[in-house]
Amino acid sequence: MERAVNSRGCAGESILKDKALLRKMLEGIMIARKFEEKVVELFSKGFIHGTTHLGIGEEATGIGTTMALSRGDYMLCTHRGHAPAIGKGCDINGMMAEMLGRESGVCRGRGGSMHIADFSRGILGANGIVGANAPLACGAAMTISLKGIPDRISAVFFGDGASNQGAVHEAMNFAASRGLPVMFCLVNNAYGMSTSIKKAVKETDLTKRAAAYGMKSFECDGNDVLAVYGTAREARRHVLENGPCLLVEHTYRTSGHSKSDGNLYRTKEEIAGWEAANPIARFSSFLLERRLFTRDEIDAIDRSAAAVIEAAAEYALAAPCPRAEEAMDGVFA
Amino acid sequence: MPEREITYANAVRDAMSEEMRRDPDVYFMGEDIGVYRGAFGVSAGMIEEFGPGRVIETPISETAFMGAAAGSAVTGMRPIVELMFSDFMAVCYDQIINQAAKMRYMFGGIARVPMVIRAAAGGGTGAAAQHSQSLEQMYCHVPGLKVVVPSTPYDAKGLLKSAIRDDNCVVFLEQKLLYGTKGVVPDEEYLIPLGLADVKREGADLSVITYGRTVQMSLAVADRLAEEGHSIEVLDLRTLSPLDCGAIVNSVKKTKKAVIVHEAVKFGGFGGEIAAVIADSEAFYSLAAPIKRVGALYCPIPCSPILEKTVLPGESRIEEAIREIL
Repeated sequence: MERAVNSRGCAGESILKDKALLRKMLEGIMIARKFEEKVVELFSKGFIHGTTHLGIGEEATGIGTTMALSRGDYMLCTHRGHAPAIGKGCDINGMMAEMLGRESGVCRGRGGSMHIADFSRGILGANGIVGANAPLACGAAMTISLKGIPDRISAVFFGDGASNQGAVHEAMNFAASRGLPVMFCLVNNAYGMSTSIKKAVKETDLTKRAAAYGMKSFECDGNDVLAVYGTAREARRHVLENGPCLLVEHTYRTSGHSKSDGNLYRTKEEIAGWEAANPIARFSSFLLERRLFTRDEIDAIDRSAAAVIEAAAEYALAAPCPRAEEAMDGVFA
Repeated sequence: MPEREITYANAVRDAMSEEMRRDPDVYFMGEDIGVYRGAFGVSAGMIEEFGPGRVIETPISETAFMGAAAGSAVTGMRPIVELMFSDFMAVCYDQIINQAAKMRYMFGGIARVPMVIRAAAGGGTGAAAQHSQSLEQMYCHVPGLKVVVPSTPYDAKGLLKSAIRDDNCVVFLEQKLLYGTKGVVPDEEYLIPLGLADVKREGADLSVITYGRTVQMSLAVADRLAEEGHSIEVLDLRTLSPLDCGAIVNSVKKTKKAVIVHEAVKFGGFGGEIAAVIADSEAFYSLAAPIKRVGALYCPIPCSPILEKTVLPGESRIEEAIREIL
């Protein structure tokens, strides 16, 4: 099967003329980063109950991919789903309130970090079961095809770890056999929790999975937000015209898997190397090198992103808690 | 009122077809449900009427199509999924338990998951351990799922139509040995609300509380005991979740004795919940005898007829339990 590789900058030179778009991209990855940093802070202060899975270092995959989607497109993300939800337009205040289990959270405090959803923006939920969202994405794609909805796709995120789940394989075959408009977005961060991809699979080139199901695969540098955006846009067009495809985005999670991670499975040097190549630093230097933005402009975007997160934290901390007597609301429609 | 006699299988088919004619968002999905007509012949004529766009045949891929049903339900469709054997739910348990059942609550009460999972349940066919189970209690335990087990063609049709119109995930467990049984259904449309039990036979001396295939067995036993002058009430629960607790309590308050019967394994079975409903209510003070339970032995279902008959409950075991406390 055909395989398209898109490395840095291949989003096309025309994108570089769209300063508003570039700004939105930079702001998106900055907000995603600061959102998670704030979550860590609120955790350490005891405001967050439960667990959370950070994707620090992976922001370009979540933001770049979802920015290539339309508002009506469906999107299903993983337990590490903050950045895709932010990129798909989820209300930041509502997300932060959800982290704190508040009534005005996007899931009224019932879901927490692992289940962010906003159906009004096509965000059909982050999922706590690894790989289980892929069959659901096929269903959303069935709705598109049964109702004949034009210019809409269903995009599903999963990791290299999830790529070995039966649900993902079944979903890829199901989508391909029915020609469903599904974009399978495989975020390869090289680890399934602590298990290196080298231990989990014999063939580490996961794009080859697509061929088994008769799908085209796309591949990009997942730490380059422009490459992610450009490749995802191309993949989306492919889905609309030809049916499902697999998009593999290579990145690295510099944060731990969750609160419990002591980073015993990788070296400090490995993490430091990827920290230096993190998507915010890379995109900022690219914008400076190409003289698309000045240092002052980038700093201003950084400050505005910080202000968004500070406001969200303030909103969440002041938000009301759910009422105990409403604990059973919403079990049934 | 004009009526006709149809089989349980045709009642299920008619319910699906009527709802698909009524509502373009309803579609039907499963394995070999087209020209093959499904493993039990339930969907005869449906692919011809509705075409492959709405009678969707899937690969042997239960996780994929169960998840796809849930994903399409939350985005506006109303899928009916046929799972060939209810035992296969174990193959796609995650999509039912962690996805379909949870999506509404977990996402803050916004999502609707209007889907029906139809599955053929129960033994007596010699199909052995992986094609004969009654697993309803596993679904009753999961908040977010409704569970229906119809015992007659009339109930099957009326309950399935309600299940299809329900905005939640409904597990609809058809009794494979009842598919060929016949019953009268009215020609005009009717619905049976979920969550309402039905007194299949009124009685004054003892209540048999049951559902599914053992309803018919219990009625046969009650008929025989009537010849001896015993008046046995048979209460068919029809829906296990939500459970009609009021009907159970009222029946036991009246008769003062209860025998609970189901085909599922007795240990850990839904009968324990029914017994607890009685023990936990004012009916407890009316009890004149211990509550008895009849169910399958704690054993996988065997193939050999003599063994299968031993493991599954039959009329003699029901009669024995009744006589013990009459």
